[in-house]
Amino acid sequence: MKLNRRSFAKAAIAVAVSGAVGAGVMATAFAGETLTGAGSTWVYPLVVKWSVAYDKETGNKVNYQGIGSGGGIAQIKAGTVAFGASDMPLKPEELQKDGLIQFPTAIAGEDLVYNLPGIKPGELILSGPVVADIYLGKIKKWNDPAIVKLNPGVKLPDMAVTVVHRSDGSGTTFTFADYLSKVSPEWKEKIGANTSLNWPAGVGGKGNEGVAAYVQRIPGSIGYVEYAYILENKLAYARMYNRDGKLVSPSLKGFQAAAAHIDFTKAKDFYVILTDQQGPDTWPISGCTWQILRKASPKATNEAVTKFFSWGFEKGQSMAESIAFGPLPPSTVDAIKAYWKQNLGI
Amino acid sequence: MNGSEVVTGAQVELSAASEQKSAGKSSGFPADFLFRKFTGFVAFIVAATLVAIMISLIIEGWSALHTFGWKFLITSTWDPVSNVYGALVFIVGTLLSSLIAMVIAVPVSFGIALFISELSPRWLRGPISAVIELLAAIPSIIYGMWGLLVFAPWFGNIEPWINDHLGVIPGIGMLFQGPPMGIGMLTAGIVLAIMVIPFIASVMRDVFMITPAALKESAYALGATTWEVARHVILPFTRRAVTGGIFLGLGRALGETMAVTFIIGNANNLSASLLMPGASIASVIANEFTEATTPLYKSSLLALGLILFVITVVVLALAKLLLLRLDASLEGKKA
Repeated sequence: MKLNRRSFAKAAIAVAVSGAVGAGVMATAFAGETLTGAGSTWVYPLVVKWSVAYDKETGNKVNYQGIGSGGGIAQIKAGTVAFGASDMPLKPEELQKDGLIQFPTAIAGEDLVYNLPGIKPGELILSGPVVADIYLGKIKKWNDPAIVKLNPGVKLPDMAVTVVHRSDGSGTTFTFADYLSKVSPEWKEKIGANTSLNWPAGVGGKGNEGVAAYVQRIPGSIGYVEYAYILENKLAYARMYNRDGKLVSPSLKGFQAAAAHIDFTKAKDFYVILTDQQGPDTWPISGCTWQILRKASPKATNEAVTKFFSWGFEKGQSMAESIAFGPLPPSTVDAIKAYWKQNLGI
Repeated sequence: MNGSEVVTGAQVELSAASEQKSAGKSSGFPADFLFRKFTGFVAFIVAATLVAIMISLIIEGWSALHTFGWKFLITSTWDPVSNVYGALVFIVGTLLSSLIAMVIAVPVSFGIALFISELSPRWLRGPISAVIELLAAIPSIIYGMWGLLVFAPWFGNIEPWINDHLGVIPGIGMLFQGPPMGIGMLTAGIVLAIMVIPFIASVMRDVFMITPAALKESAYALGATTWEVARHVILPFTRRAVTGGIFLGLGRALGETMAVTFIIGNANNLSASLLMPGASIASVIANEFTEATTPLYKSSLLALGLILFVITVVVLALAKLLLLRLDASLEGKKA
């Protein structure tokens, strides 16, 4: 009977802990001096880094929980947090309906990593349509003519391609799929873009680390991960042809170039997606994360949130760069401030 | 999970005796009265929680069940982009990974329990039991990480051998063909087996140990071998508790989440081969719940939770039925 007692104790602890956490979330949500935010796991490292420095400088605390974009949107709609974060922007109609506003926070990017014996990082060259065909399961071998054509002089092995994708819902997946939708009509029609997809091929790894682990494990595999992950883990990354037909490597400059070629100021509620933008230096799979606020929140709360993010835009840039996030261009920051004034009166 | 099953003949007698005792005394002592009320209350809480979970899952999953109807159970499209959901792949994955786990875990657990209770030297019993129980105490996320980082790479090296030797067997060969990735349905089943073995083995060991020595000794006296004693004396005597232990393990295997998420491969397709990636109900909920952005999507995930709940209840009910029929046939034999 030992076991039953043990599993009962486990259940009791789980109930107690979840109760305490729930109460804690409620308590912090309504406490005056601490701001709470929740959502995107992509932007989590940035917001946490900013909040620590912000606390040191101003004494104001920001408590951010990376519960996922879907969770962030649900929480801000329910009004339990001061701001929600999502890697997928909401459509202006949806914002209107729920009395929400959104603005971009920082720019990031992702790239394809591969495990091919004898082929060094940056040696493999890919293009959007070829990547789409690989992920559609149409290109099955590494020495497929389409890949060979992009890589003259590289000895591509006669090896099966194993496609690795994220198994968990993720803004990284959304950005990747959005890019493929733009460069491949077949992808757009059959698969589309979302944080989770109906993948036609491959295996799913949980998180960037899961995808990276699978790619490192399986010879002949290819996967997509955030740029920060490539830097940290020294993975074999691919170079890509961008929309201007130029060959580029992933870099902060490339992500910022994508943002610079977009007119954020003209898009309603900043509803633009950074993939496949023009410009010779532009990295094609660039992405962005958004913060969502509620118009009906107390003015003091919204004021505190905007204060925190304007501090981040102005003083948190080098911190962003240190963890592979590209800061927003100054023109975009100005547009965001005008947007706040117009919608929140702040 | 299944506490009521884990009751042996001896314990039934004991609890019956104590019931009589307390019934006799209940009017006399307020403490006894309170104790009875309290235990009754906590027992009721479990049942009430179960019903409450079921009801809330039905409410939350209603939108998905209403939208897709029976098709939710028998279609395999899971497409968050166009908001079309079907659970078939995950239902099959859950049942298949658990089945693999049980096929491995039950005989192994039986062997472990029999060794500890009958064959092992006395001084070895304690250490072996302790190690087995330690296995049960390891959090499932650790099994997941171990599975992904240690077991899967090793198993990936074994898979070509499996392809060459098991994959060529006519009929069942197709179960063992596929690229040597090290992850997939079979890996998930094996890791699940390792996770449930301590549960099943501990229960089996506990009940094997309390099989009356007189019964075993009489069988030995008649010239029975250890195997025959195990087969014809110990197992029939402990059948209820052994079945209970197996279903305790099965319950854990069906609902196991983190470990499976790491190693099953998370691919939403049905494959004839056990070496190919798949997905289970628990793994897809763990993977997609946080980013489920539309109400129908979330509802579909909660409907999956309801299905898992129903599967577990059905499996346990079948176990009960099986036991009842076994009992009946045994009674018949005796008569």
